Amino acid sequence: MTTTVELTAKDYKSKFEPDWCPGCGDFGVLNSLQRAVAELGIPPHMLAVVSGIGCSSNLPGYVNAYSMHTLHGRSLAVASGVKMANHELTVIATGGDGDGYGIGGNHFTHMARRNVDLTYVVMNNQIYGLTTGQVSPTSRVGAKTKSTPFGSVEYPLNPIASAIINGATYVARGYSGDIKGLTELIKGGIEHKGFSLIDVFSPCVTFNPDYSHPFFKSRVTKLEEEGHDPSNWQKALEHSMIYGDKIYTGKFFEIDTKESLSELEPVLKDGPMAGRALGLTNEQAERIIKRMM
Amino acid sequence: MSSTQFDFALSIGGEAGQGIATPGDIVARLFARRGLHLSTYNAYQSIVRGGHIFLTIRVTDREVGNHGDDIDLLLALNQDTMDRHLNLLKAGAAVLYNSDAITPGQAANGVQLCGLPVNELTGSQRAGLTQNTVAVGAMMHLLGFDFSLLQESLTQQFSRKGDEVVTQNVTVARAGYDYAVKNFKPFPFTLPEGGKPLAMWSGNEALAIGGAAAGLKFYAAYPMSPSTGVLHWYAANARNLGIMVRQVEDEIGVANMVIGAAHTGVRSMCATSGGGFALMTEAIGAAAMMEIPVVYIDVMRGGPSTGLPTKTEQADLWQALGASQGDFERFIVTPTDALDAFNTMPEIFNLTDRYQCPAMVLTDLYISEGRFSVDPDTIDLHPKIDRGALITTSSGNGAPYNRYKITDSGISPRAVPGVEGHMHIVATDEHDEDSMLLSDEFTNPIKRRAMLEKRARKIAHVLDDIAAPALEGPAGADVTLVGWGSTKPVIAEAAAALNAAGVKTNQLAIKWIVPFHADEIDQILRSAKKVIIVENNYSGQFARYLRSETGFKAAAHIRKYDGEPFMPHHIVEGVQAIVKDGIERYVPTQEIIV
Repeated sequence: MTTTVELTAKDYKSKFEPDWCPGCGDFGVLNSLQRAVAELGIPPHMLAVVSGIGCSSNLPGYVNAYSMHTLHGRSLAVASGVKMANHELTVIATGGDGDGYGIGGNHFTHMARRNVDLTYVVMNNQIYGLTTGQVSPTSRVGAKTKSTPFGSVEYPLNPIASAIINGATYVARGYSGDIKGLTELIKGGIEHKGFSLIDVFSPCVTFNPDYSHPFFKSRVTKLEEEGHDPSNWQKALEHSMIYGDKIYTGKFFEIDTKESLSELEPVLKDGPMAGRALGLTNEQAERIIKRMM
Repeated sequence: MSSTQFDFALSIGGEAGQGIATPGDIVARLFARRGLHLSTYNAYQSIVRGGHIFLTIRVTDREVGNHGDDIDLLLALNQDTMDRHLNLLKAGAAVLYNSDAITPGQAANGVQLCGLPVNELTGSQRAGLTQNTVAVGAMMHLLGFDFSLLQESLTQQFSRKGDEVVTQNVTVARAGYDYAVKNFKPFPFTLPEGGKPLAMWSGNEALAIGGAAAGLKFYAAYPMSPSTGVLHWYAANARNLGIMVRQVEDEIGVANMVIGAAHTGVRSMCATSGGGFALMTEAIGAAAMMEIPVVYIDVMRGGPSTGLPTKTEQADLWQALGASQGDFERFIVTPTDALDAFNTMPEIFNLTDRYQCPAMVLTDLYISEGRFSVDPDTIDLHPKIDRGALITTSSGNGAPYNRYKITDSGISPRAVPGVEGHMHIVATDEHDEDSMLLSDEFTNPIKRRAMLEKRARKIAHVLDDIAAPALEGPAGADVTLVGWGSTKPVIAEAAAALNAAGVKTNQLAIKWIVPFHADEIDQILRSAKKVIIVENNYSGQFARYLRSETGFKAAAHIRKYDGEPFMPHHIVEGVQAIVKDGIERYVPTQEIIV
C-alpha cells in the first residue's frame, strides 16, 4: 500500500453511470460504500467488489476497483474464493435480497459459519426488481406482487437473526436514506476481522413503493440510541425480531473473540496464495514419490 | 498365467469392514517393490459395513493398464465370496479360505482348495480379523515369496502401534506360512525380478499430484464418489505443499469459489462426479464469459441421476459437451490411464491459462479408484509452466487498461487484483472490451458480435497445440477399435490378443474431445477396413459425437453399461462375434458379479 495521496469517494467512481431508476435506494448504498473505502484509505487496486445478479448487483460496475459481476446468487462463493486466495485484498460482496437470501441462501449460511473475512452488503428491497416485481424471501406476508397478485402467504426470512445464529461475527442493518450512518456501518464491517453482514433497507421505488422512504423514515430507530450492547447476542436477536412501528438499524452484533478463516487457516501463515511461486520444490517432489513407494 | 510372460491375478473378496484393503495393500506393495507391474480394480458397493467387495490385483512383468481376464488366486474372506466366485477359477488356480468358517463348493478340476484352520493356527478369539493375516502368510508360500519380506512389511505397517502388535501379526502370518508349506502346493513359477522398485498410485492421486506439479494453489470440493480421493490427497498434503483446500457447502459453491480464487491469479480446480458436475455447469460458462481459467474434473460413475455411486461408466460425455448455456470456449479432455491423468494436469493448466477459459477433465471410476504401478522416473514433477498473458505487476506507464481488449489473437492480457492501474470489471453479462455491459442499457449487436468473435478467435488454431491421435498397432488392420479415455489399455490388450488369434487389429484411442481433430480422425477412419467403437455406455455417446463432428458412421459397436469395466476378453469376443456374425452391436455379459 504505497498510496500517499488522500483518497476521496470520487476516486472510487468508475467510468460507468448507474442505470438504476431515479430515487432508487441503491444510490445511497453506492455512495456510502465509496465514502467508507475512501475514509479507510483502501487503494482501489487492493479492493475487490463482487456481486451476483440483480439491480443492486450492478453496483460493482460503478466502483473503481477490481470488480466482479458474477452469477445470480454466487457473489459470496466467488468473493470468498478471492479472499482466500489473496487475503491482502479488501473484499466486499454486494447484492440484493433475492440474490443473497434466496438463490444464494446456502452460501450466506455457510460463509457466516466459515467466518471468511469479507463484508457483505445486501441491498434489501423486499422485491425482485430486475425481473419487474415478484415476491422475495424478505417480502412480508400479504405482499401483493406480480407472482403473488392476491398477497403472499409465506413468511419472510430474518437476515439479521440468520446471520447471528449461523456464526457471523459482525451483523448490522443500515438504511440507504441515512448515508452517514450506513457509511459508518460499512466501515465497521470492513475493519472487522471475520464475516460481516450489513443488511440495508434500500427501497425499490418502482416495484415496491409501499416499502419506500416514507415507510422507513417514520420507523427506523438507531440501536445505539437505545443503548444496545452489540456483544450481547441474546439482545441482538431480540432486537432483530422487532419489525413493526419500530424497526432497528445499526450494529446488532459484533464479537472479536472468534478468529476469522484467514487467521485460522495454517496454509496462509506464509502469506497470500496469490503471487506464490508455482511448482514443487525438490524436497516436496521427493516426499510425494516416497509416499507412493 | 501366460506361458511366456508373467501374468498373475489375485482376488480378495469379502464384506465391507472385513479389512480387504490391508492384505491387498501388503501384497501389492511386495510386488511393486520387486519391480513388477500392477493394475488393481476394486469392485465394491455403496455400503460402509456388509455387502460384498471384490478386489483384483493383477501382477505382470510388463506395463499393464487393466485387471485382466483370469483369477489365479482367490482369497475368500467369507462364504458369500466363495459362493459367488469359485466358479471363476480354472485349472491351476487356487482358493484360500478359513476352513473353520467357510465351506468350498464345487470347484473346477485342478483348482487347489487351500483351507486354513485359522482357530487352530492362532488360538485367537479374534479369528475374524486375524484370518486375513494368516491368509497373507499362506499366500507368501503359494507365490514363492520369502517370508522375511512379509515380516519386513508387517513390521513397517504396524510399527506405529507398538512392538506387541508387530509380534502378534508376524506370529500369526508365520503360522499361516508354515501351514501352507506343509499342506499346499506353491504355484509352478518362479516370481520374476522386475528390476527397480515401482511406485503405486490411484488415478485420483495421479490427478491430484498432477495438479500439484502444475502449481495448483486452490482446491475446493464437495465429497462425491468416485472423485473424493482427489480431495483426500490434497487434504493430507495441503499444508506441506502450500495448497488451500476447502470443503464447500455444495458443488455450486465449489464451482464458483474456484473462479474467485483463479481470478486472483492462482491455479485453481475442483473435482466431482456427474451429479455434482451438473450443479457446476452454470459456473463453467461463467468462467468462460469472464475469461478466467479454471479446471473442472468430472470423475464419471454409473448414471443417470444418483445412479451407481461405486460403479464405472463413460456416460457424461454429452453432459460435458452441453455443460452451460451459450457458445463458449473450453477444453474437454479424457485421460487414457493414470499416468496420462497425471500428465494431463500441467498440460490442461497451461492451456487454460493461455486461452483464458475453463477446462473439463472427464475421467471415470475405473481410472480414479483403480491403483496402478508406475515407474517413479516417468513422473515429471517439474513440468513446464506457462501462465500465458498474465499481468502481475504494474507497467506504471498509466496507459488505460481494457480487460477484454480486442486483439488479433483474441487473447486479452489478464491483470490480477492487486496490480495498480489495472482495475477493471469482469462480468458474466456480455461486455465490451472496457467491460461496459452490453446487456442492460447498452445492448449493441455490432459490439456483441465483435466480443463473441474475439473470444472465439482465441481457440481458432488451438488444434496446433495438441497432439492428434494416431493408430496404434499394425497398419492396414482388418479391424480398427476406437475408444476414448480409460478404455485405451484394455482395448490395447484385446487388440494384442486378437492379433495373436489372427484377426489383424489396431486401435485409435481418443483423448481430446474439445478441441477435436475431426479431419485427422475422419481420414484415419475412412481408410480403415472395419471400425468398431468400444465404450462404457448404452447409447454410444462417443459414436454419436464422432458422427456429429465427422459424419463418420462406425460399422459396429461394443458397449458395456452394467457398471463394471471391460475385461480384455469382452472386447475380443465382441470383435469375433461382429466379424463372424456381422452384428452391429455387441454387449458383453459381466461374469464377476458384485
